Amino acid sequence: MKPFKIYRGRTVAIMNDNIDTDILIPKQYLKSVRRTGFGAYVFAPWRYDDAGKPVPDFPLNRPEYEGASILISGDNFGCGSSREHAAWALQDFGIRVVIAGGYSDIFYNNWLNNGHLPIVLPASERAFLAELTPEEEIEVDLAAQEVRARDRIFSFDFPPRWKQRLMEGKDGIDLTLTYIDDIEAYEAASERTSNTVVDKG
Amino acid sequence: MAKTLYDKVWDEHVIAREGDMSLLYVDMHYIHEVTSPQAFEGLALANRRVRRPDKTFATMDHNTPTVREERLSIRDKLAKEQLDTLAKNCQWQGIRLADMWSEYNGIIHINGPELGFTQPGRVIVCGDSHTATHGAFGAIAHGIGTSEVEHVFATQTIWQKKLKNMGVKITGTLQPGVYAKDVILAFLKEYGVSVGAGYAIEFYGETVRNMSMEERMTLCNMAIEGGAKVGMIAPDEKTYAYLDGRPFAPENMAEKIAAWSALRTDDESAYEKVLTLNVDDLKPQVTWGTHPGMGVDVDEAFPAPKDFNDEKAYAYMDLKPGQRPADIPITEVFIGSCTNGRISDLQAAAKYVRGKRVAEGIRAVIVPGSMQVKLEAERTGLADVFKQAGFEWREPGCSSCLGMNPDLIPEYAHCVSTSNRNFEGRQGTNARTHLVSPAMAAAAAVAGRIVDTRQTEVRHETV
Repeated sequence: MKPFKIYRGRTVAIMNDNIDTDILIPKQYLKSVRRTGFGAYVFAPWRYDDAGKPVPDFPLNRPEYEGASILISGDNFGCGSSREHAAWALQDFGIRVVIAGGYSDIFYNNWLNNGHLPIVLPASERAFLAELTPEEEIEVDLAAQEVRARDRIFSFDFPPRWKQRLMEGKDGIDLTLTYIDDIEAYEAASERTSNTVVDKG
Repeated sequence: MAKTLYDKVWDEHVIAREGDMSLLYVDMHYIHEVTSPQAFEGLALANRRVRRPDKTFATMDHNTPTVREERLSIRDKLAKEQLDTLAKNCQWQGIRLADMWSEYNGIIHINGPELGFTQPGRVIVCGDSHTATHGAFGAIAHGIGTSEVEHVFATQTIWQKKLKNMGVKITGTLQPGVYAKDVILAFLKEYGVSVGAGYAIEFYGETVRNMSMEERMTLCNMAIEGGAKVGMIAPDEKTYAYLDGRPFAPENMAEKIAAWSALRTDDESAYEKVLTLNVDDLKPQVTWGTHPGMGVDVDEAFPAPKDFNDEKAYAYMDLKPGQRPADIPITEVFIGSCTNGRISDLQAAAKYVRGKRVAEGIRAVIVPGSMQVKLEAERTGLADVFKQAGFEWREPGCSSCLGMNPDLIPEYAHCVSTSNRNFEGRQGTNARTHLVSPAMAAAAAVAGRIVDTRQTEVRHETV
């Protein structure tokens, strides 16, 4: 995972509430055994018409938003299915930061686990960001926990452990395995009281 | 300080803390073919192994065809590759797998409990959001992403921020023809689809106590539809009776029951938030829109749109405010899924079908949630009731709940479905889903339109 420093990018807004992971990546594209290649299908139900042609006025299809990497959205983003394919699809498309009113708990972790920022900002601040022109760059500063756009600065909350991990870019499993003695001790203690699965073949 | 059921199970599993995150031990890890291949690949690339294959159980459910002949030669190459990859990975890591031909095959949220892997006080995770189901036993159970699946594989632990506690107190007695599914749909209609974000919900109250384990699983299954990734119910005699004698139930049941009896919330003051629902006058529920909170009573008019989200839903569903469920031009009926694919669901549905025929112009399909459910229905004659009425009787799997297998709902068709999500495209491109109970689905199949299952003339016998 690459360490996250200050990120600069252009925004694109899809302000619907409750954007579910079936919209972010429909089930017909979940059959891959790989993590890449989903970008072409992100938002497919809204991005393409019934004949499979791009819907011209859908933001992700508009040429002025090409290369935009910061998605502004509504409340309860990423609700529904736990499929991490939704995070992979956004990532594969080129999105690096999502700024929404809130997230489903599972998508939130999935997005973080891929090294990206799920930022929560109130409706008024997101409305401001949604009105930016397609060519305007904004700045996302994880260390300062700030989104900077034009002359405005919006502060956001961020979970401290994740902040540290993203800024250091460390592998999560390696970090956890520094606790291996504690894990083994826990297992030894709990298996004496047999809260475990016994293999009965 | 008063503790909740969630607090108690949580505290027993904390191995370490960093800031507001805790490292929890995972007692049971369920996996399936769709969300595990990338996790296994990650292990291989890092030269790691599954730390506790004995605490991991795999099934094939999302992709499996539900027509027996199609299972023999799966036409969808990608689906076949996913299923084969799971089999190979399970063999590689020594993980127990209920493949398509196992008598214990089924949807993970149905065969996990059937086998006795789901037990009170456990922490259970799975790369599937409906893992909330297992909370019906007093376990902390929730969906995880594939990166987390890989983390659990390698460490048998998971980092979590502790959720806040929400109590949902349900009181009253359900009328005949009204079911657990109606209760959870009514809850979502009343409180919305993000009310539970950041919370673990505990369902309690007399109505919950009076529910069977299978009804409780339906309730917890859809906690995620309210935004809560964890839904729980305190274990009681019904929980212990359900578990007793299952293949992987504990041998020392008496001892376990003594310990499990402590798994209950001390008092209501322990919840950060309490919501209530009285179900005495609850009517059968039907969704009209594109999320599970967009619902009405069976005889109620669809509401005026509140905002552009509602307008978009009406456009997608091709319905108008003021119409009622009976006006929906249904052509498809699906009974099954991890929400409502259990034997008691089929028993409830059969009450509306016995001696009747599926209405002309309706395609009605029943997909048992597991092979055990299928075999029991066949043994007890339920399957014949459905087959004689003109229902298609299938092999187990997730099927039309999400249509990753061949069971797609045709474009623009209205499907009365016992599944859990009515999202755009969920059951098939442009398919229109109406969530209901199994009884409502069965009655609709027979009537050819949505009818009220409380009416005695639509029921074969008193419930």
